Amino acid sequence: MSFKDKFEEYDWEEVKASIYSKTGHDVQKALLAQKRTLEDFKALISPAAAQFLEPMAQLSRKLTQKRFGKTMHMYIPLYLSNECTNICTYCGFSLDNKVRRKTLSKDEILREVEVIKSLGYDHVLLVTGEANQTVHAAYFKEVIQLIKPYFSQISMEVQPLETTEYEELIALGLYSVLIYQETYHKEDYKKHHPKGKKSNFNYRLETPDRLGQAGIHKMGLGVLIGLEDWRTDSFFTAAHLQYLERTYWQTRYSLSFPRLRPFSGGLEPKVEMTDRELVQLICAYRIINEELEISLSTRESEHFRDHCIQLGVTSISAGSKTNPGGYAVEPESLEQFEISDERSPAQIAAMIRERGYEPVWKDWDQVFVQ
Amino acid sequence: MLKIADKTFESRLFTGTGKFSSAAVMEETLLASGSELVTVALRRVDVNDPQDDMLLHLRHPQIHLLPNTSGVRTAKEAVFAAQLAREALETNWLKLEIHPDPKYLLPDPIETLKAAEELVKLGFIILPYIHADPVLCKRLEEVGVAAVMPLGSPIGSNKGLKTIDFLEIIIEQSSVPVIVDAGIGSPSDAAKALEIGADAVLVNTAIAVAGDPVAMAEAFKMAVIAGRMAFEARLGNQENHAVASSPLTAFLDYEL
Ligand code: SF4
Repeated sequence: MSFKDKFEEYDWEEVKASIYSKTGHDVQKALLAQKRTLEDFKALISPAAAQFLEPMAQLSRKLTQKRFGKTMHMYIPLYLSNECTNICTYCGFSLDNKVRRKTLSKDEILREVEVIKSLGYDHVLLVTGEANQTVHAAYFKEVIQLIKPYFSQISMEVQPLETTEYEELIALGLYSVLIYQETYHKEDYKKHHPKGKKSNFNYRLETPDRLGQAGIHKMGLGVLIGLEDWRTDSFFTAAHLQYLERTYWQTRYSLSFPRLRPFSGGLEPKVEMTDRELVQLICAYRIINEELEISLSTRESEHFRDHCIQLGVTSISAGSKTNPGGYAVEPESLEQFEISDERSPAQIAAMIRERGYEPVWKDWDQVFVQ
Repeated sequence: MLKIADKTFESRLFTGTGKFSSAAVMEETLLASGSELVTVALRRVDVNDPQDDMLLHLRHPQIHLLPNTSGVRTAKEAVFAAQLAREALETNWLKLEIHPDPKYLLPDPIETLKAAEELVKLGFIILPYIHADPVLCKRLEEVGVAAVMPLGSPIGSNKGLKTIDFLEIIIEQSSVPVIVDAGIGSPSDAAKALEIGADAVLVNTAIAVAGDPVAMAEAFKMAVIAGRMAFEARLGNQENHAVASSPLTAFLDYEL
């Protein structure tokens, strides 16, 4: 049994039609319900919910503070490599994008780590493309062992791996893995991933199951907003999340909402999502799931991030570079996408405090797994 | 319709066979309840006697027997009893009950988990009777039980849903049916359990020791139907949402 079996019970067009047919009455019912279901989630992300945005935001803030208090977790990405053997229509690292490729050496990684530590971070997110010849499980093992002394929390956003590989990395101290489905629209998924291992939709879809079986502490899900109808994609994400929470009940879950950003050779988003709609989506997730961690990257604007802090978001990145070597080694190399909020971590931390929240730099310790 | 393992049930009221004044009263009562799953204590029937009084009165096509292991104190004893029950009653369904404590008959979580794991491997359809412990429910689910049966309050106490806060968590998290067992003292308790989303209830004492067991069985039958209907119709929240004093979304109307 994996999520694939559940997923195949759904039909994209039916789900979409059912979301778009929700009424204001359905939204009110969802807001007033004692226990909320996926049908309520459909109502909360429907066009009909737009006029309930303020009560949704109020409820979302209340639920978030109840569970997380007034805290905001800080993380930063460390791009290890931009090598990639996949073609993804929306990504600067795509194989058909003729740019110089780079994978950081051990020395280079340590130079990057030095800068990241000096910014105050204790939680790092390792990012790579998919280049199984050079950047594989054995490479990740070495990297984790190398940087473990510097960070209490190590997360990873790389290609899908096998269960046993995840198990080994977890044993070495890997805390969380982010794996985005990009889109749950199977046919369009193929169009956006025409070449490379990533074009195998089902293998990607079952990755969270492999992570769950490997006993990961936390996993992050999401879709790339802009590829397909975001409401339908978000419903599938929520259904996936619900399945995972019930099956791998010892794991924590996080979500993020990357909106397609410009990059060199870029794809125009098929679907635009407004700020107002993103707020609606964040609140909708919070209202159906009080425990979910929600993170916002530097893809989003300053203005937007400053306000989202009190709406339901629980972790943010700051000072991010999206190119390998971006912090110290080779600041001018190609970025995966342009970031929007350029403020330093110290500035972001100050902004968080001004708003009455506490920036959290450390939330995990290796001692738990030793 | 409720599905447990490979069986579907119209009725969400499960019943027990203990404490009746006679096997005939028991039979009449069970038929009035509409129950399709009825527990029998292995220790109460003579498995070697095809003319056993209780078993004879339970022979109805719509009634499935659910042997229970009441009386055992350890996982080892439970496994032994289960094998005996499977052979004698020709069913691989089993209500796993291990309560070493003779006073309150509270279930032993450690022995229950151990026995469940082993019995699932032996091909049994296990419905474990347990405390309303959400973590234990997940652990049991992982070893492959077909449903969980958390208690509402101590067996036979008729005290109702004392564990309701935990039952709600169990129901929310469960991937297998949740049957509230033990403690249900009145039809309103049963209705409440169904209202909060339990898949079924198991009632014995409250029916068997009622002044008129047959009428009480009917009352429970209706209460369970009402409770389920209420659950499906979705209860509203008791809380009113505060009206915004300072809007959180006004920032969307202006750009810096
Ligand atoms: S999205 Fe990932 S897999 Fe696709 S091209 Fe970019 S780095 Fe490679």
